Amino acid sequence: MPPVRPAAPFRLEIGTLFPSRLDAMRILVVEDDVEAAAYLTKAFREVGHVADHAPDGLEGYALAREGQYDALVVDRMLPRLDGLSLIRSLREQDVQTPALILSALGQVDDRVKGLRAGGDDYLPKPYAFSELLARIEVLARRRGGPSGEPTTYRVGDLELDRLSHRVARGGQDIPLQPREFRLLEYLMKHAGQVVTRTMLLENVWDYHFDPQTNVIDVHVSRLRAKIDKGHDTPLIHTIRGAGYQIRDGAR
Amino acid sequence: MTALGKLFRTTAFRITLAYLVVFALFAGFILGYVAWNARNLIMEQARSTIEAEIGGLAEQYRLGNIRRLIFSVERRARAPGASLYLVTTFAGERLSGNIGAIEPGVIDTPGERVIDYALSEEGAEPRKALVRVMVLPGGFRLLVGRDLVEQEQFRFVIRRAFGWSLALIVVLGCLGGWFITRRVLKRVDAMTETTRTIMAGDLSGRLPVGATGDELDRLAANLNAMLDRIGELMTGLKEVSDNIAHDLKTPLTRLRNRTEEALRSARDPAEFRAALESTLEESDTLIRLFNALLMIARVEAGQSAEQFTTVDAAAVVDGVAELYEPLIEEAGGTLAVSTEPGLSFHGSRELVGQVVSNLLDNAIKYGARDAADGTPASGPAIAIAARRAGDRIEIVVADGGPGIPAEARAKAVERFARLEGARSRPGFGLGLSLATAVARLHGGELRLEDNAPGLKAVLSLPGA
Repeated sequence: MPPVRPAAPFRLEIGTLFPSRLDAMRILVVEDDVEAAAYLTKAFREVGHVADHAPDGLEGYALAREGQYDALVVDRMLPRLDGLSLIRSLREQDVQTPALILSALGQVDDRVKGLRAGGDDYLPKPYAFSELLARIEVLARRRGGPSGEPTTYRVGDLELDRLSHRVARGGQDIPLQPREFRLLEYLMKHAGQVVTRTMLLENVWDYHFDPQTNVIDVHVSRLRAKIDKGHDTPLIHTIRGAGYQIRDGAR
Repeated sequence: MTALGKLFRTTAFRITLAYLVVFALFAGFILGYVAWNARNLIMEQARSTIEAEIGGLAEQYRLGNIRRLIFSVERRARAPGASLYLVTTFAGERLSGNIGAIEPGVIDTPGERVIDYALSEEGAEPRKALVRVMVLPGGFRLLVGRDLVEQEQFRFVIRRAFGWSLALIVVLGCLGGWFITRRVLKRVDAMTETTRTIMAGDLSGRLPVGATGDELDRLAANLNAMLDRIGELMTGLKEVSDNIAHDLKTPLTRLRNRTEEALRSARDPAEFRAALESTLEESDTLIRLFNALLMIARVEAGQSAEQFTTVDAAAVVDGVAELYEPLIEEAGGTLAVSTEPGLSFHGSRELVGQVVSNLLDNAIKYGARDAADGTPASGPAIAIAARRAGDRIEIVVADGGPGIPAEARAKAVERFARLEGARSRPGFGLGLSLATAVARLHGGELRLEDNAPGLKAVLSLPGA
C-alpha cells in the first residue's frame, strides 16, 4: 500500500526542525496543476530553498537542461511531454540532476517503471510535504557528496565501521543485531538529515507498503536505547510529524 | 453493398472460387495427359503396322520383281481396313496404289513423316496420314502409310470432354459456393445482429448456439462464455463502487462535519489549529483507505502479475517477522517463527510481504486472550511458519486469541468486514480482503481455520 504517514502540519516544523543546516538548494518543480505547484514552491521557499516552476514537460525539460538545479520534482502526467519521457531525455543528454517522481498512480509496478526511466525516487500522491522534503534533501545531498561511500561514519562520538560491522560510542563497543546495524547505517549515512519512516522501511527492509502500525518506531526506540542510553547527549532525534534524524547533539 | 457484392466479399465464396480454379486446372491436366498418351499409342501402332507391311512388300519385290510387288499392293489395297500404298518409278510416275494425291516431293525422300493426302485425285478433303517411303533397288519408290483419322477423332472427343467437364465444374462449383456461403452468411448475420443488440446495452442477450457443434457453434458458445464473464465483472465492479461510495462517504461526512463545527464554534487560533490538525489526520486516514481499496482492485484485476519473480517464502516470513517482532514484544506478546529451506514460489515479494504483515497486524490486534472483564490478560502468543504442503507452499499465521467462529469466517474476508468486537479498534477491515485477492492473483487461496483456541490464517500458494 502506498505509504502515507499522518503528519502534523509542516509549518509547525519548518522553523524549528528544518533549520538552515543545509545550504539552500535550487529545486525545479515540474507540475501542471497550478495550485499544487504554487503550494510546493511556496513551501520549499519557506524552508529556505530556491524553487522554480515549469508548467509543462517541454518547459521543464528546457529549464532542467539549462538551469543548475540540485533536484527536480517531476509530476508523472504532464502536458506536451510526460514526466517519465522528460527524465529519460535528460538522462540521454547526460543531465544527472536527481529527480523525484510524483504520481497519482501509486502502485509497485508503476514505481518500478518510474525508477527504470531514470528517476531517483518516487512518491505517490497525495503526499505529506515533510515526506517530500526529506526525500528531496537526501537526493540532493547524495549528489553533492563524494562519489565513493566512506568505510566509516562518524556522528559526535559515535562511530560505525561498515567493513568490520563494528559500532562504538566513546570508544565503547555496542553490539547490534544485523538489522539494527543497517538501520543505524542508513541513519548515519544521512546524518543531519531527516529520514521518514517510509524511507527507513524502503531502504532498510526493502518494502514499499505501509505497515499501518508503529513498527518502525519500535525498531528506532530499541536502537536508541542501545546508542543513547547512559550518554548525556542523545544522537537519535525524533522529528515530530516527519521522522528521525541522527545528529551531533552539540549542534 | 449489393447482395452480390456482399456474397463475393465473404470468405466462403472466395474459397469456393479458388477451389474452382484449382479443379479446372486439375481436370485440364488429366485430360491433356490422357490425350497425349493416347496419341502416342496410336502413332506407335501405326508405325509398327507400316514397318511390318513395308518389310513384307520389300520382300515380295526382292523375291519376284516390280510386277509381283504391284500385284501384292493391289491385292492388299482391296482388303478391308487397308493401309495406304503407292508405288512409283524413280521419276515419280505412278504405278499402283490407293492414294489419290499427295504433296509433291514426298515420294522422293525416304523416311517417315506425317503428310496430308487425298483418297481420290480431284478435290477431295485432305486427310492426315503417317507414311514411310522406301527406295527399292532399281529406283522404284514404295510408300506405305496409315490414315490418322482415329487420332483426329480421339482429339475431338477429348476436347469435348474437357469443355463439358469445365462447364460442369464451374456451374456446380458456383452453385455449391453460393449455397454454402448463403448458409454461413445467414448464421453470421444472425450473430452480428445479436451482438449489435448486446453492444447497444442489453448485456443479457446471448448468441444462438446450434446443435451441430461445428466451428460457428463453438465460436458462439465461446462468445457467450465471454459475455457471461463480462457480466460477472460488471456486477463485481458495481458492487465495489457501491461499497467504495458507502465507505468513503462515512469518513468524508465526519470530515465535513468537523470542519463545519470548527467554523461555527471555534473562537481562537488554538481551536482553529486543533480543528485543522484533526482535519489533516482525517484526510490522511481517508487517503490510506482509498489506497487500500485501489490496491485490492488492482490486485483483483490481475495487473501486478507481470512483475512476478521467483520469491523465497521463508525469506519473506523471516523478514516480516523480524520487522514485527519488537512490536509484538512491546505488546507483551511472543512470536515463534519456523521456516524450512527451499520454499520458492512465483509471485510478488512485495504483495505477499504485505499480506504477511496484515496477518501479523491482525494477530497483534485480535490475538490476545481477554480476561473476564474484557481487558487483555496477556499479550498475544503468535506463531508464524512457512512450510511445504504437497506441491503447495503455505504461510501460516496463528494466534491464541478468541478466533473467528466458523460461520463468520466467510464474512471476515469481505471488504470492510469488521466483526463484532473489532469495531472499537483501529483498521479498515480490508486486510483479509487484500490477502484473499493476493492469494487468488498467485493462483492460491486464503483459509481461515480454528487454532483451538485462536485463529489460524493459512496463505496457500502454488510452489515454483
